[in-house]
Amino acid sequence: MRRRFLTALFALIAIGRLSGAAADEVQVAVAANFAGPLQAMAEDFRNTTGHRLVASFGATGQFYAQIRHGAPFEVFLAADAATPARLEEEGEALPGSRFTYAIGTLALWSARPGYVDAGGEVLKGQGFRHLAIANPKTAPYGQAAIQVLERLGLREALAGRLVEGQSITQAHQFVASGNAELGFVALSQIQQDGRLGSGSAWIVPAGLHEPIRQDALILAKGRDNPAAQAFLDYLKGERAGRLIESFGYGR
Amino acid sequence: MPLGPADLAAIWLTLKLATLTTLLLLLLGTPIAWWLAHTRSRLKAPVSALVALPLVLPPTVIGFYLLVGMGPNGPIGQLTQSLGLGLLPFSFAGLVVGSMIYSLPFVVQPLHNAFVAMGTRPLEVAATLRAGPWDRFFTVALPLARPGLFSAGVLGFAHTVGEFGVVLMIGGNIPEKTRVVSVQIYDRVEALEYAQAHWLAGGMLAFSFLILLALYSSRRLRPAWGN
Amino acid sequence: MAEGIEARLRLDYPGFVLDVDLRLPGRGVTALFGPSGSGKTSLLRCIAGLERAGQGFLRVNGELWQDSAAHLLLPTHRRALGYVFQEASLFEHLNVRRNLEYGWKRIPEAQRRVGLEQAVALLGLGHLLERMPQRLSGGERQRVGIARALLTSPRLLLLDEPLAALDVRLKNEILPYLERLHDELDIPVLYVSHAPDEVARLADHLVLLEQGRVLASGPLGDTLARLDLPLALAEDAGVVVEGRVVGHDAHYQLLSLALPGGGELLRVAHAPLATGRQLRCKIQARDVSLSLQRPEGSSILNLLPAQVSGELPAAGGAHVLVRLEVAGTPLLARITRYSRDQLGLFPGQRLWAQVKAVAVLA
Repeated sequence: MRRRFLTALFALIAIGRLSGAAADEVQVAVAANFAGPLQAMAEDFRNTTGHRLVASFGATGQFYAQIRHGAPFEVFLAADAATPARLEEEGEALPGSRFTYAIGTLALWSARPGYVDAGGEVLKGQGFRHLAIANPKTAPYGQAAIQVLERLGLREALAGRLVEGQSITQAHQFVASGNAELGFVALSQIQQDGRLGSGSAWIVPAGLHEPIRQDALILAKGRDNPAAQAFLDYLKGERAGRLIESFGYGR
Repeated sequence: MPLGPADLAAIWLTLKLATLTTLLLLLLGTPIAWWLAHTRSRLKAPVSALVALPLVLPPTVIGFYLLVGMGPNGPIGQLTQSLGLGLLPFSFAGLVVGSMIYSLPFVVQPLHNAFVAMGTRPLEVAATLRAGPWDRFFTVALPLARPGLFSAGVLGFAHTVGEFGVVLMIGGNIPEKTRVVSVQIYDRVEALEYAQAHWLAGGMLAFSFLILLALYSSRRLRPAWGN
Repeated sequence: MAEGIEARLRLDYPGFVLDVDLRLPGRGVTALFGPSGSGKTSLLRCIAGLERAGQGFLRVNGELWQDSAAHLLLPTHRRALGYVFQEASLFEHLNVRRNLEYGWKRIPEAQRRVGLEQAVALLGLGHLLERMPQRLSGGERQRVGIARALLTSPRLLLLDEPLAALDVRLKNEILPYLERLHDELDIPVLYVSHAPDEVARLADHLVLLEQGRVLASGPLGDTLARLDLPLALAEDAGVVVEGRVVGHDAHYQLLSLALPGGGELLRVAHAPLATGRQLRCKIQARDVSLSLQRPEGSSILNLLPAQVSGELPAAGGAHVLVRLEVAGTPLLARITRYSRDQLGLFPGQRLWAQVKAVAVLA
């Protein structure tokens, strides 16, 4: 699991090297949970369109603040729908470019194999000390996790055992390092090629929380960059769709 | 004032953390600084480098290794578990340990400088006046190092208050346990609650400025040894 | 032999070795004299235990302080000594009174032989007690340093060039205090110095050091008059004699001193002093001339019967240094080689020494 964490940590460097400098490149701000699929599609995007992708991974709220204050991003792949809508309203985006590129899937995960059962019953037990979630105030996956706990009637019971990561990446890290026995993470973080990477997980039924719609849009700075439009087109396409689904997202 | 109970709790927690960390660091840092100032051991250089490490390392590196090291599979975690202390991440005790590592050089270095500047002469004088080693340390070395102790305390406190990366990595953002001001500011900014963020961030700025102002104003009062 | 100081110490440093074997008197002032780098201060620090001599044996008036053979090394704070450093090294965080009390408080009451008031009076510190060290002059600081050391009621007082950092005026301010110490203290004092005039005024015993070794150790007068030591080659070679006041001529303002031994009289221009008091005088070799007959009608006041006991060619080749005995008191005379040949000097010869000038040292 540590390898996955490090992969995410150095993703920026790797993508930066792929893209190099020069002509048609596009600066993309990407929600942390989407790091895996984006890395997987970067090379394919370049091969099919000739454009280069320069990606920064981070928290959606942080990106919002940076974009509002002149950050040079041209495309934004957010972790929610509200933030892109707000940017569009505030005139920071190309009107009409916004669309849902993925629907997040929440998973209850443990680094220990066999620890999480297929029905998530483990949540009702006393066997764990910490349940990691993303910050519900700022991260859509965190919000969804709270909704799940409410639906299951466990919110009160587990309040003392919740630990929050600032982003879904950090929630994943708490679980991966073993410090939290359990955590609500994005399925995309633990699944690759349609299979669970390690540990044990319960894929939370979509009915237990509001759908985690992740919207993308072209920002004001990318208005005249053909590579920006090309990337959005690529993202809507068949190949990208299959890839995104293989990471556990809906469309 | 738009600050809510969560902000006030974070402020209170931060002050508690910084105070406890500073006191423990003065207790731990003084013997380290003393040893560094007087040893001729070959370990002096490696230990100095180790103590200074948090100065140059990004807090995320410290935080990451603490998270891994204090986790159930890490060496510290195994130790604390075998001692029956449980695991440190997501606990106030864990934050104290993390903060102590993070702020260690800010406490050790002013003390070390003070002990070095003092030299061995005052201690020799005390020895010729029948004072044993502990007696010399408490009646001569510590009083003469008072400006250094003051700097160490102030810097250790201020630096702990300003800590973010380590807390972020090992804290788990638990109200009244690990959610300190810097994390609360981050939360507020991320949640687009800029007014509260301004109050907290501005307060932190003013606080840090005042504490450094106090430090630098007192510097000219520092007595020199000898003439 | 329990009386006195027995010191066999060896200190090995890269580029410097101190290796001494000394027996020093158990009272009075012993000067450790020599050029810088000769090991004076190192020797003092070894005796204090501030420097750890790897091999050594040290006994001070019966108390064993170090015996490497028995793995005994008393740490500094367990040695009943007083140490005065070159710079006074007062505790800057304590006022004068608390500096003075620092060592005093650490001595069990039964062992205190020097009282606070006594030390304050001896060194004239009464008006300074509440001052912080930063507000003292160099001379005042040094006096506090000396009083502070005395207040530990030491069995041995070590002074490491206590005047070296002071200018002439401050030196003259302190010297009388040191002389009072000499007169009033009944403990041995080791005094490191490279200033001949301090040695002449204060020392009873002289240890001459060079490159970590002892060249000579003996009573002051005898050692100064030795022709085999580098002291004899110095421009200001001379001896120190100590006389007892026997009378004063009020009309001519002359003081008469009886020299030890034969009771020969030395007359010096000086204000009256109590009869019986001891007074130190320095007689430089260049102020002593020789005559085979008792000179008549000379303006020179002091005429002493003497016997030649040795000679040494002095610097430049034109002069020789002649060693004389005046009833057991050694004296040096510097005369030209020509005069020596004219007089036909030989050891054991009896003649007259004319002393042109006598410097009273106290």
